[in-house]
Parts: sequence; structure tokens; C-alpha cells
Amino acid sequence: MTVAERPPRPAVAEVMHTPLHRALGLTDHELGVIGGRLGRAPNDLELAMFSVMWSEHCSYKSSRPLLRTLPTSGPGLVAGVGENAGVVSIGDGLAVAFKLESHNHPSAVEPFQGAATGVGGILRDIFTMGARPIAVLDALKFGDPSSARTRRLVSGVVRGVGGYGNCVGVPTVGGELAFHPSYEENPLVNVMAVGLLEERDLTRAAAPGPGNLVVLYGSATGRDGIGGASVLASATFGDADPQKRPTVQVGDPFAGKLLIEASLELIERGLLEGLQDLGAAGITCAVSETADRAGTGIRLELDAVPRRETGMAAFEVMISESQERMLAIVRPDRIDAVVEVCRRWGLPVAVIGRVTDDGDVTVAGADGVELARVPASALTSDAIVYEREGRPPARSRRAPAPGAPELAHDGLPERGMDPGAVLVSLLGDPNLASRAWVTGRYDETVGSDTVCGGAHGAAVVRIKGTAKALVMATDSNPRVGALDPYLGAVSAVAECTRNVVITGARPLGVTDCLNFGDPERAEAFWQLTEAVRGIADACRALGLAVTGGNVSLYNESAYGAIVPTTQIGVVGLLDDIGRLVHPVFRAGSDVVALLGESTPGLGGSIYADHAGAVPDDRPPGIDLARESALQALLLDATRSGLLRSAQDVGGGGLCVALAECCLWGGIGADLQVTVGTAPAVELFGESPSRVVVSVAPTAWDALRSLAAGSGIPLRRLGLIGGDRLRIRLVGEGATGAAEERGAGVADEVDMPLDVLRRAWESGLPRAIGEAG
Amino acid sequence: MSTYRFCVSVMPKPGILDPQGRALEGSLPHLGVDSVHEVRVGRRVELSVDGASEGAARAVVERLADELFANPLIESWSVEAMARPALEAAR
Repeated sequence: MTVAERPPRPAVAEVMHTPLHRALGLTDHELGVIGGRLGRAPNDLELAMFSVMWSEHCSYKSSRPLLRTLPTSGPGLVAGVGENAGVVSIGDGLAVAFKLESHNHPSAVEPFQGAATGVGGILRDIFTMGARPIAVLDALKFGDPSSARTRRLVSGVVRGVGGYGNCVGVPTVGGELAFHPSYEENPLVNVMAVGLLEERDLTRAAAPGPGNLVVLYGSATGRDGIGGASVLASATFGDADPQKRPTVQVGDPFAGKLLIEASLELIERGLLEGLQDLGAAGITCAVSETADRAGTGIRLELDAVPRRETGMAAFEVMISESQERMLAIVRPDRIDAVVEVCRRWGLPVAVIGRVTDDGDVTVAGADGVELARVPASALTSDAIVYEREGRPPARSRRAPAPGAPELAHDGLPERGMDPGAVLVSLLGDPNLASRAWVTGRYDETVGSDTVCGGAHGAAVVRIKGTAKALVMATDSNPRVGALDPYLGAVSAVAECTRNVVITGARPLGVTDCLNFGDPERAEAFWQLTEAVRGIADACRALGLAVTGGNVSLYNESAYGAIVPTTQIGVVGLLDDIGRLVHPVFRAGSDVVALLGESTPGLGGSIYADHAGAVPDDRPPGIDLARESALQALLLDATRSGLLRSAQDVGGGGLCVALAECCLWGGIGADLQVTVGTAPAVELFGESPSRVVVSVAPTAWDALRSLAAGSGIPLRRLGLIGGDRLRIRLVGEGATGAAEERGAGVADEVDMPLDVLRRAWESGLPRAIGEAG
Repeated sequence: MSTYRFCVSVMPKPGILDPQGRALEGSLPHLGVDSVHEVRVGRRVELSVDGASEGAARAVVERLADELFANPLIESWSVEAMARPALEAAR
């Protein structure tokens, strides 16, 4: 795992009066531990190297003990946690590499470049493994869509993702877009990339073989992204001129494209012993991690590093985060071939050091003067680890005010509610409405393998030359996470896998991106602990491994922390693309049915945002055994070709899921929903483990016996047809005849599709002020 | 009230990667030029401003440069007064 975030740093002005280690963000205790690891006091350059490597984002010093509890092995997994990306075998000698990563803080500062370099960074993680990137998904979270700040961020981030992805020639096929007030000052930009490789090309980020050469290729090194350590420059040189210390990295997708092609050629021709991209902490991170993984050392000749600027100090070269650079380990007899490949792709290339057997990262200056010597392990696997304290918040709940009538949960509108109007309002909610405004800015189809882009559910990308396809999705549930971080994480894993499974694809593994607040705050650390526990429980129940991911902590602003946000990414394998099931109603007279059943609780739902939540209403719980059985049933049903369509019931509940099936298929439906708890819960509740399916009338009996065998409730809702969505509500136990006598427990939904479509299509542009 | 004409030059800050400049520089060998280096690409905005004095007009331009023409995180800008006759002639 790698992390691309850093905590807020002290202001430069404070530096002069502060000891250097503190100015670099290290505590007095940490300075003492560093002295213990080295057996002496570190010099300034070594201190700079420790400060970046012992930051949360490189060392996982707060989260590592938690991440160890995740299930990290599974069938077909050929590279997992600890590598640049997880890799899972998919047969035919092929494997898929995928990973989610955050670029939150850079995107808050400079949305376009932050998002663009986020895409560039995750793509490097993928091709470093030897995989050709075939798809990008972006999960974006912003504050109030009507605020000027959010609009500027949305526009910049969306242009940045598209700008890099479109230019580098990798399709952006899907993702997630959500708005919540807690992201106002701290937007989240999580990017997932997926790549395909021949298994024999799998490349490790290690530096084996003392005597091998350490080669840097790609862009020259400048002063980009020396943010955290610019204090060192100020302290050492008395130069606080911000013009000289740019902290913003600028992405160059065209250089990124050359880097992809050169790297894949080097790998395919077997010219490399190891390969690592340069991201956070630059050269320092790449040399110490590759050496530590191989149990070797590396001696660097600092002056050999190609530079973009003059007068760079040693520490600037060592920790620069200039984009589009790669570190390769090369046998001496192959260096000429490597240089030839890099030159042909127009990339600067230089031998900057050698692999040694002493276990140290050594930095040599002019005339071989030793500027720094640090054990590689002290910077990486043996970095400091904290056992932080977690404490759940003290809640004041479940105590109604004296004399207040006890409100039945879910006691929201019954008779008199106009569910059609609620549906229109939900479809137009910026969290549920059409994403066309965003996806229209992305090239979804470059590479000509995209079968389904991000418009409807999971993305589907075929594998050329085979009948197979990869299905990919990314989901989160921050509204539920805000109320219960454990449940938020469990339901994100369940929803994301379900979104893959409904297409007929078998999930291969899970990647996670944990976006949380300051881990030194007991409540924030408790949230993180609960979320990791949730991911672990859900993955074990569904038989899936966590293949890698990323942690972004310190997501806080003057207005408080973001809600706990567990972003999950899943890639699945569809063996036969001819069996792909779409979330779209297809043929008139097909039977519509619901698999699973609703459970009480409207807490954390979008409906509660609109209608007002009942105090203390909890989000509906999840039964992981049932979820697992449901997913197995869906795979059985698609394998036997029973399903004409399948759609997950998610945000906005059953009613929105049905409306989406109708809108996307361009055909209406005439349905009847039985109300067990309350109409609002049945129609708009977001209880998990439910899927709307449609089958040909002739397949109904087969589906029914399949469902009966798996213990999953199956309820027939009605038939597809017409150009309206009509949903009648009937009481539990009511027969059709009773319904005709007016036993409906609330007004029915009866809306023309074009009214629903207008609401759905205009929702997002209207919310962000881009309605034309 | 008079009209003043200015030009605003917007340039990537020193040290900020400039992919356009790099692309231009990368093309030089194709033209057989090897004497040119450190190419940086920015942009130039020309505008006329009504104001009581050149100072007042310039203040408006400087505000626009900072808030609209340039991204102050990665770009620097400078404002220059231009001679009016050039514009008159252009009409």
C-alpha cells in the first residue's frame, strides 16, 4: 500500500525558532527512536528522509496494526498487500492488477492538477506491476453543490481526471459522485485503476542482486511537491520565497503515456530485475522500499540524478515528488538495451546507483562523500508504529424528551404522502441523478474495449481475444458510515460486490481506500478501527481478499472532520460476455421481481435527507450470510441464463431502482409492492441485500425454485410494459381484490417516464449551476 | 476618466513543471536547432480599462490578473502599460 496524503504542516514562519525535526513534523520521541535505529544522531539530510518516510502516508504508523487484521490471501492472488497493486490471476495466462488510491489534499489545493496527478499516480502503480492500464474509475466527494467553492472544485477535479485520462489514452469508465456537507473544505478524490497483464510479466518492486544498477528514467527531477520539507530549505538556507518552493505537482499525461509504453516494453523484453514508480517521498521512498523488499541496500550517486532545475539541495533531490519518474533495477549486461529503449521513447535515463549487500540506503555526493547512510528497513518495514487509542463517541440518544410521544421508527409519511412526487425529488437529487454531466467529460471508450461505461451501474471492459470481460465498480456509504462506521464499511463492501455480481461476474478481490480524520483523536481512530473491522468481516463472509489499497488520514478542516468514508473497489471476471446482464428492463411482459426483503430503518438514507430523519432512527442492518447467499444465487441465475436484467437496490431504495430500470430501458412497468413495515421504508428505504430482477415469463418458475433453494425471499412485483411507472401499495396479506376496494395503504406511484427522465437528467447540472 | 491599455503576462512559476514548454523543447531537434533551451510557455492578455488615473486602472487589472487570468498557485503574472496609439492604429 502507499499513501499519498500528508498531515497539515507547520507554517514556515515558525520554523526559525523550532528545532529542525519538529519543523519537519517529527516528534521529540520520534527523533529519539531515529537515533536508536542509527546508533547516532541523524544529520539534516537523514532527518529529511526520515520525516517523509515516517509520515503517516508512507509508514502507516497509525493504521498498520489495523490493516494487519484484513484478510489478504485468496484464490488466484499472485501479488497482494505490500506491492504497488494487487494482482489476481484470471486464467489463460492472464492476470488483472487493480488498486484504489486517494489524492484528496492535493485536489483541495489545486483541483485540476491534484486530480490529474492522482490519475497519473495510480496508473503508475498499475504498470509498475507489468500491467497495461485498461480502465480508470473515480470516486469523488464534495460539499454543498450550490456553494461557489464546491462548484469550482467539481469543475477542476472533473476536468483534471478527464484531462489526464483522456490524454494518456486510458478510458475513465465509471466511478461515484457524492455530496455531503462534511466534504465542503475537504473534498475526496479517490481514483481506481485496472490493468491487464500476462502473468509471466508480473514485476516486483524489489532491488535484488548486489551489483545490479539502479536506473532512473522518465522526467527530470525538479522541486515539485517538496511541501512538507520546504521548511528544511527555509531553515537551512534562510530562503522562504514561496516562488522557489512550488508544492503543486503538475501532471504531464503525454510524458505519462511514454512512460507506460517504455516501461511495458522493458518488462516484456525481460530487461528489468525490479521496477518501482516514484510517488510520495520520491527517490527516498523508491530506493528504501525496493532495497528493503529484497533485503539489500542501495548506494546512490546523487549527482547522477537528471535535474530540471539548477541549484537543488541534496534533500530536495532525495524527496522531490516530480511526476512521471520510474526506478528500475537492471543487470549491468542489460543496461545498454535499457538505455536504448528509454531513448527511443524520448525519456531521460540515468544510472544513479548500485544495489549493495549492506542493507543501507547510502547517498553519495561529489567525489564520493557520504551524505547519508540509513538502514533501508529503518525507513520502511521497521518504521515507527503507534498503537493509537480509539474511543467511541459519547452519544446522547434513545432517551426521548419527557412527555414526548414515542415515535415509531420509520413513522414517515403514510397516507397522504405523494410517493410519485417523492420519487421525482429523489431522482433529481445530485446524489442520485444522472452522471452524464460528469461522464460526458471523460473518454469512456478509448481503447475500444468498453462494453458499458459509467452511466448505468458497474463498468464492463472486454478482454480482447477472449470471450471474457472485467466488471468493475467502486462504492462507499458515507451517510451510513457517519452513523455507524462499521456498518458503513460492511455495506460498502456488500454493495460494491453486489454491483459486480448482478452483471454475472465473479468478484476477484477488494481494494480499499480509507478516508478518515486525525488518528490522534480517539474518536477518529475508533472510526478507522470500526471500518477496518467492517471490511474484514464483510470480506471474510464473502470469501474475498483485500488485495491492496490506501489510507488517507487527517481529512479535517476548521469545520471538523469528514464523515468516515470507506471507499471500496471491486473487479470481477465475467467468463462469457454473452451472458452479461444489464440493469435495464428490456422486453414488455417480462416479470419483475424483488430478491431479498426490506428491513426497518431509514437512518442514513437519501430519503431521510429529503423528508427529515426521525431522531435516533438507525440505518438498516445487514446479514452477511444472507448477502453471501444472495450473491451466490445471482451467479447461479445468470450462469443458467435466467435473468433478463438485474439492478441493485441502493440509494433512494426500491422505488429509485425500479425507476432506473425503466428509464435506462425506455420502457415502463406496472407493479405492486406489499407494505410490511411502512410505505416509506418499502419504497425509499435503503436496506441492503436486495436486487430487482426481470425474467421472461417462461423463466419465472425456474427462478422461483432457485430462490427457494437458497432461502432468499423472492417477491413478484408485476410486469414490464407501457410508458409509465406505476407502483401500487398493498397491505401485508391483502389480496388483489382487497386492493381494488381501496385497501392501498398510501397513494400509488403513477408517473410518466418522461417526467422521471427530466428530473433524473437535469438534477446534477441544476444542482451545480451548469443547467444550460 | 481616460482609457488605459495594459498587457498581462502569465507564466508558470519557476520550478513548476511546464509540459507545453517541454513539448516545444522536445521538438527543437526535429528542426535541427540545438542552441535553444529552458523554453517556458505562458500567455498574454491585452485589455483596455477606463479609470480616473493609470494607477486606478492598473489596480483593476492587477485584481483580475490575480483572481481570473492566472492560477496563483502555479502561475505568476506581471502587468505592463501599453501605448495607446498602437491600438488606435489597429482600428
